[in-house]
Amino acid sequence: MIAARFAGDAGGFALDVAFEAPAAGITGLFGPSGCGKTTLLRCLAGLLRLPDAALRVGDETWQEGRVFRPPHRRALGMVFQETRLFAHLNVRENLRFGLRRAKGAPRITEAAVIDALGLAPLLARAPAGLSGGERQRVAIGRALLAQPRLLLLDEPLAALDREAAQQILPRLREVSRLFAVPAIYVSHDLVEIEQIADYLLLMRPGGRLAARGELGALLTDPALPFAARRDAAMVLELRAQAYDEIYDLTACAGAGVALTVPGWHGPAGAAVRLRVRASDVSIATSEPRDSSILNTLPARILSAETAVGPHINLVLAVGQTRLLSSITRKSFDSLGLAVGGMVYAQIKAMALAAPGAY
Amino acid sequence: MPAAIPLTLELAGLSTALLLLLGVPLAWGLARGRGWWVEALGAVIALPLVLPPTVLGFYLLILLGPHGPLAPLLALAGLHTLAFSFAGLVIGSVVCSLPFMVQPVRSAFAAIGPAPWEAALTLRAAPWDAFVSVILPLARGGIVTGAILSFAHTLGEFGMVLMLGGDIPGKTEVLSIVIFNDVETLRWPEAGALAAGMAAFSFCVILATLRAEARMARLRA
Amino acid sequence: MSLPRHATRRHLAMLAVLGIVAFGLRPAPARAAETSVAVAADFTVPAKRLVAAFEQKTGDKLALSFGASGQILAQITQGAPYAVFLSADAERPRKLAAMGLAVPGSVFTYAVGRLALWSAQPSLIDSQGKVLQTGRFAHLAIANPQSAPYGAAAVQALKALGVYDAVAPKLVTGENVAQAYQFTASGNAELGFVALSEVLQDKSGSAWVVPQTLYQPIMQDAALLKAGKDDPAARAFLAYLQTPEARAIIRGYGYGTTP
Repeated sequence: MIAARFAGDAGGFALDVAFEAPAAGITGLFGPSGCGKTTLLRCLAGLLRLPDAALRVGDETWQEGRVFRPPHRRALGMVFQETRLFAHLNVRENLRFGLRRAKGAPRITEAAVIDALGLAPLLARAPAGLSGGERQRVAIGRALLAQPRLLLLDEPLAALDREAAQQILPRLREVSRLFAVPAIYVSHDLVEIEQIADYLLLMRPGGRLAARGELGALLTDPALPFAARRDAAMVLELRAQAYDEIYDLTACAGAGVALTVPGWHGPAGAAVRLRVRASDVSIATSEPRDSSILNTLPARILSAETAVGPHINLVLAVGQTRLLSSITRKSFDSLGLAVGGMVYAQIKAMALAAPGAY
Repeated sequence: MPAAIPLTLELAGLSTALLLLLGVPLAWGLARGRGWWVEALGAVIALPLVLPPTVLGFYLLILLGPHGPLAPLLALAGLHTLAFSFAGLVIGSVVCSLPFMVQPVRSAFAAIGPAPWEAALTLRAAPWDAFVSVILPLARGGIVTGAILSFAHTLGEFGMVLMLGGDIPGKTEVLSIVIFNDVETLRWPEAGALAAGMAAFSFCVILATLRAEARMARLRA
Repeated sequence: MSLPRHATRRHLAMLAVLGIVAFGLRPAPARAAETSVAVAADFTVPAKRLVAAFEQKTGDKLALSFGASGQILAQITQGAPYAVFLSADAERPRKLAAMGLAVPGSVFTYAVGRLALWSAQPSLIDSQGKVLQTGRFAHLAIANPQSAPYGAAAVQALKALGVYDAVAPKLVTGENVAQAYQFTASGNAELGFVALSEVLQDKSGSAWVVPQTLYQPIMQDAALLKAGKDDPAARAFLAYLQTPEARAIIRGYGYGTTP
């Protein structure tokens, strides 16, 4: 459990937050520009010190009252947007920088990190000669080798092009799970958060928290801005069941939902994380037949959010989970849909993008 | 005269070493500090750049003498004054060459910025460790420049030595004074030879240091 | 046609800079040529007084330059346009004459330097200079004996008194007698051999006028230089220095004069 409270003014940036984040998995920290995300992260790292603050990570008190552990005495690892690799050291020496200084036998070994992040071909090179994606992978490896109990990432992919960023995201999720290090991931890009986070802290201008909770719950919460967006999406955590070799499809299930997903997503029991765009979920009032759509799920309409424009977003209860569906207001009216009604939610298998899936 | 050469080299070498010990932390403090005192201190350190060395020598003569603030300490050591001594010249050289060390090093630190420093702290490096393992290597160029400038400046220091030295062979009679005296006593060939030798030596030192620095930078790249 | 505003401002700025530079480099307006007089730094104060009196008398204008005698000599050999040279010794004017840079026959002694032993401490020096025998001091300041006549005279006096070997390790050398005075005045040297004229100006401390039997007389010579050969003001000034009025002024500053 990570328990934090920060209140006060830090050189022009105001903060007033209190939260508890899970001690496992990735917690996203999301909000508009200037709302204080980076300030909060720097407070968590100890780079910024607010007088009225408290921070406990697991059983360690990093800050409370007069107690303040400076950054170098906190078991943390930090990844910055500008990588900040040490130019006078090569990749291997960069990786070892924190490792050398951490006490005790390393739980996270150099070989394991190099393997997990694919750093082997880069070891003897100088940081200046690496691409942006390579540099950031080294930075993540370096932070992990400092034996952190908490990983802090400040918009680490913001300076990379889409392709490089998409390659790193699944690796990031994997190493957090593999090495059992919880992470707090700051981003202004909701798609990134949806691909990677389990828990979400939503901040608003003025350095305050607007909401916190499980990612899925927040994404489908009618009171929050997410559900009503035109590009709203939902994240499902399922497990692979069976693989159809002939048609290259994997059947996944979890929380009362069964979906067919294209491609191989691991052996039976492997975790599959799916991001389902609301615009890929269509509604039928009777069970469809003779359609190419493979996924049809009975659902009940929990709420309908209207934003400005032609669309209306529905929050559906499917099994024990929620789904978002974005349809035209015209269809909503012509089908006679209403909150509480039972419908069929349809998702095209080919529309199931699965970034972050294993 | 023969004693003047090792004496001058010793003065320049010792002064440069002291300036590294003193100037690098000062430059770091100035680069990282905030507040009005930063610029004030920077201006004080830069004074020797604009004050004539004779003015500096004059103030040093008073400061290091029996009526100056150091007098009680000197009396404890059984000394009457620090003028006319090698130690006095070292103090004078450090004061006069301080800006030549501090300015380039401060610029180097400022160019590095706070980012590598913070990164090192988050990687378990204590502040002193971060300074030595990360900041100093990154600032090496500026430090080398500062050392070269200080060494060369002390080598040729004249006005301050004139005011403070007392021209004692083997103790305070450095090369620049010898050259001056040779001119005064119309021994121009000797003066010319010494001056040419000093110029050639300084050139070689600067060239060698710059080349070594370039070579190290190439190896790292 | 109207120029874009930024271009006009830039052009005006360039013109202003050019104007300032041109003004600074303008040829000097023709004015009554000033006679340039180089004076050994030790004689600065008396020289200014003498020049003021001379200018008032004759209406001629003199431009004074002060410096170390050796430096002035070097400058003259490199063509410095001095008309008159007042040296601190007799050697350098003689050399200039031998080199053909001074007008032959124009060299004469304008002042005789007097040596004094002085200390900033009021009780250190007795009226017979016995302190030199007791040796109760750490540093004794003198002018450089090789280049300054006062320094050479100090060494002569010390040898004549038989204390030179004992005192030698404590000697500190200033480049000229004024610097020897500075070392002594600041207290860094407890005592020093200085020019009597300096002692007379500063009445504090204690002093012993060194008897002239103990050292060679410090003849300070003047010369008319080649550059001033045809300058009537230069000749007039040198003549003025030998008048009884000028001599009285010079003696008032603690120097001797030859008649």
